[in-house]
Amino acid sequence: MGLKIIVLAKQVPDTRNVGKDAMKADGTVNRAALAAIFNPEDLNALEQALRLKDKYSGTTVTLLTMGPGRAADVIREGLFRGANDGILLTDRAFAGSDTLATSYAISCAIRKISKFDLIIAGRQAIDGDTAQVGPQVAEKLGIPQVTYGEVIYSAEKGKISLKRRLERGVETVECPMPAVVTINSSAASCRPRNAKLVQKYKHAQTVTERQNQSEDYIDLTNDRPYLNIPEWSVNDIESDLRMLGLSGSPTKVKQIENVVFQAKESRHVQANDQEIEELVKELIANHTIG
Amino acid sequence: MDNIFVICEIEDGKVADVSLELLTKGRSLANQLSCKLEALALGHKLKGIEEQIFPYGADVVHVGDDKRLEPFTTLPFTSIIVDLFQKEKPQIALLGATTMGRDLGPRVSSALQSGLTADCTALEIGDHEDKKAKKIYKNLLYQIRPAFGGNIVATIINPDCRPQMATVREGVMKKEMFSKTHKGQLKTIDVGSILKPEDTVVKVIERHIEKNRINIKNSSIIISGGYGMGSKENFSVLYDLAEVLGGEVGASRAAVDAGFAEHDRQVGQTGVTVRPKLYIACGISGQIQHTAGMEESSMVIAINNDPGAPINKIADYVLTGEVMDIIPRLIKSYKKNTK
Repeated sequence: MGLKIIVLAKQVPDTRNVGKDAMKADGTVNRAALAAIFNPEDLNALEQALRLKDKYSGTTVTLLTMGPGRAADVIREGLFRGANDGILLTDRAFAGSDTLATSYAISCAIRKISKFDLIIAGRQAIDGDTAQVGPQVAEKLGIPQVTYGEVIYSAEKGKISLKRRLERGVETVECPMPAVVTINSSAASCRPRNAKLVQKYKHAQTVTERQNQSEDYIDLTNDRPYLNIPEWSVNDIESDLRMLGLSGSPTKVKQIENVVFQAKESRHVQANDQEIEELVKELIANHTIG
Repeated sequence: MDNIFVICEIEDGKVADVSLELLTKGRSLANQLSCKLEALALGHKLKGIEEQIFPYGADVVHVGDDKRLEPFTTLPFTSIIVDLFQKEKPQIALLGATTMGRDLGPRVSSALQSGLTADCTALEIGDHEDKKAKKIYKNLLYQIRPAFGGNIVATIINPDCRPQMATVREGVMKKEMFSKTHKGQLKTIDVGSILKPEDTVVKVIERHIEKNRINIKNSSIIISGGYGMGSKENFSVLYDLAEVLGGEVGASRAAVDAGFAEHDRQVGQTGVTVRPKLYIACGISGQIQHTAGMEESSMVIAINNDPGAPINKIADYVLTGEVMDIIPRLIKSYKKNTK
């Protein structure tokens, strides 16, 4: 008897690769200059799931992602690395969700999947860095959580044993399943794509993606159902609409200030107290430090 | 009702600095809002813990003392806080953005269906006008935090849900004693009547201190030293600056080869490639092997005694002079201008 594992993954703009062209002249973020990637810690989470799949025969790993249509890339990437299947949760109704509304939508999708032993997610996503969705999903599902995980030692006899990495040390904890576990970047890196799996899944698509394809590809899924990436809208999950999207989000963004780096040419700062002080004040004012 | 709560973190019978910093901030917010500041201390063998908290201006300290609350696990803490908040209905609740606060905060906020903002760098009180709903909200908590990898600074509000919850990292707020002799009210939480068996299903089997591996890649501020630093001992000023700015120390290959720093810190072609928000290059000439690993940094400050050092060409700011003289002045100026 294997485990049923759900990995939560998010497609994020690659905020780590922010070069000088990431800011437009008017000081706004140039999203086009940022690649959309598989959130790095979600890859660490996927690896932990795949290791359990290697260890316990019959284990399945299902990816669940919420986002726009192009987030199907995350599912494909997961399939290339060894996940069994994936679900894209996508609907305009989810737009504007804060972490709480996101967690609610995800928990509703998980309830629809219904059978699972373990939910594994990255600790946090690099676009928001909040680390809130994992614990909030756990709370919505009424199951325990273990955050800051680094190594899952075992998942058997109804409980998991894992190592957590905290600020001042490490902890080994035991937790009954089902549970939500979040994984740090200090955990093992995800295995690379498997060439055979890339061949197998390269035409895996959602219905929406397939609509824009030629007939040949549409026929493909008839004899190869695994090439169909299920796409769930708000109509596919049981949810209270008021708890989704903007209306389900207690937090609102009041204001966004872009952090603009104006210094293009080198500026020479004299090594005296007065000029050093001016430099420090400037760096604090533009949020580089402080 | 409508008070400000600080959830204190306690390590070995001592209230953590981050909690005292939040109490200091909470005291000033409470004065501004004319409400009370209340603190919550959960753990085991906490007798007298309130004595550490009252001097920071708490009007009430709630203490929950039970062996099931030590070491920290999420579920029993959540049950007690949710129970208390449902009774007390605070308007604001603050936690440290520690591994504990960032584990506990979201669980509590989800249970209360209230908004939480992580890792705030500033907290202010202000109004908000919802033009669509034609509604004006008075005295909201402005939760200010960097987002999008530090490329934007967002002000977040929770107009309708209470409490307005926020976590703040250690060292962001100033810790200042309110009054050595300040005394408030001590309230004891009846832990036994709240906790259920299912709250204690997660067991901590083992805890130990383990040195974290150096990982400069994820740091948004890197202070790097080169061969020009002269010695391993001189690198200590870089660690000092990294500590006050919340950054990491990097090094050039020449500095690593000379034994000034560990290999894990090496930036460049044979080390790691970094793209921090701020890169301060100290005593680094700027060979291509080094610059290849840091040229995509958002901002570069070069400190070097050679005005013709190649690093100056890619730097946004150039300080020509002695590193050992400039860095302490930077630290002094930074401390003076923050908090």
